[in-house]
Amino acid sequence: MRDLLDDIDRWRAAGTPVALARVVDIEGSGPRLPGAAMAVNIDGEVAGSVSGGCVEGAVVSEALAILHGEAQPRVISFGYSDDEAFAVGLTCGGTIRLFIEPLDW
Amino acid sequence: MTTEATEPTGSSSAGTTEGAPAATAVPTPVPLYAELRARIRNEEPVGLATVIDGLHVGAKLLIEPAATPLGSLGHAELDRIVTRDALAELEAGRSGIRHYGPHGETTPEDLVDTPVVRVFIETWAPPPQMWIFGAVDFTAALAKVAKVLGYRVTVCDAREIFATRRRFPMADEVVVSWPGKLFDQRGGTLTSRDAVCILTHDAKFDVPAVRGALATGVGYIGVMGSRKTHETRLERLLEAGVDPADLDRLMSPVGLDIGARTPEETAISICAEIIAHRTGRVAPSLRDSTGPIHA
Repeated sequence: MRDLLDDIDRWRAAGTPVALARVVDIEGSGPRLPGAAMAVNIDGEVAGSVSGGCVEGAVVSEALAILHGEAQPRVISFGYSDDEAFAVGLTCGGTIRLFIEPLDW
Repeated sequence: MTTEATEPTGSSSAGTTEGAPAATAVPTPVPLYAELRARIRNEEPVGLATVIDGLHVGAKLLIEPAATPLGSLGHAELDRIVTRDALAELEAGRSGIRHYGPHGETTPEDLVDTPVVRVFIETWAPPPQMWIFGAVDFTAALAKVAKVLGYRVTVCDAREIFATRRRFPMADEVVVSWPGKLFDQRGGTLTSRDAVCILTHDAKFDVPAVRGALATGVGYIGVMGSRKTHETRLERLLEAGVDPADLDRLMSPVGLDIGARTPEETAISICAEIIAHRTGRVAPSLRDSTGPIHA
């Protein structure tokens, strides 16, 4: 989160809506610990990362859907072991859960 | 809803809409991000609890030691319990999900047939400290690697001409002082997350540094020197009245047995030993082997 602050400040100062995705849970071999965070602005610009690069693309799509009001803030899972898991998986075989929400607070 | 109306806490307004008692009204958003950002930037301990599932998804509570929490998760009692848990998580430097009943219930029997609120508690603890004694070449390399790992680095040496900011620009702080004085002033701030590395090979400096470190709760104490240096140092420490049982805390010769030679390689070997020490993993420490230190 610390390394996202400058980008988030700049975007918010320009009035650009921002979504925040945070790792809230990992199972098995996960690349990043809970708290790893990524910010996405409505123009699709990204700061930070939440995995080793495996799921960032899908996170951007979800974040943009939330910013456009097409999806609600929620927990999404990535990994092969979960029914709700997105099609994208983690190459390390683990599962990560992310909470994605608009940064409107 | 079959539960009896809970006692409204504080100033509840009568006549709220059915199914939405005052105590679970949608929390009023407070601009918490600015508060959070300021604390993260200032490296002040802070926790943020966010409802990620259940009633009021996205509701937030900002928690810090010895202060009234800001925001709300939607119920005063839930706020109180989450605050308690977040302070414990902050202390332990952990982040993770916890489950509660809508009014902060935590015991399994209270959670039967109750909608569960899942709360992500994220904490930002101040960075761990590394104190390095001795302003030598190894110090600069160690300070550099420690910064990569997120430590707040203090370099301490009593010799004014060596302990300069110009020689250790990567350190957060360069202190010209005798070790005993620094420990007297700030030894109490060292915890199990922190490290003390004593890189002087000079008895008049490293004996007081070791004594000072042993008097604290610091998690790692590494002392540089050859096996022979360490033997004679142990004798001097015992003469100085150090409890023999305490000497087990010293990692000396310092670092993992990876054949490090240069200051940079040695810094990696020391930091790797600190990680293994913290995680409790078995990695070959030089202390526990008998061969030559260098490759």
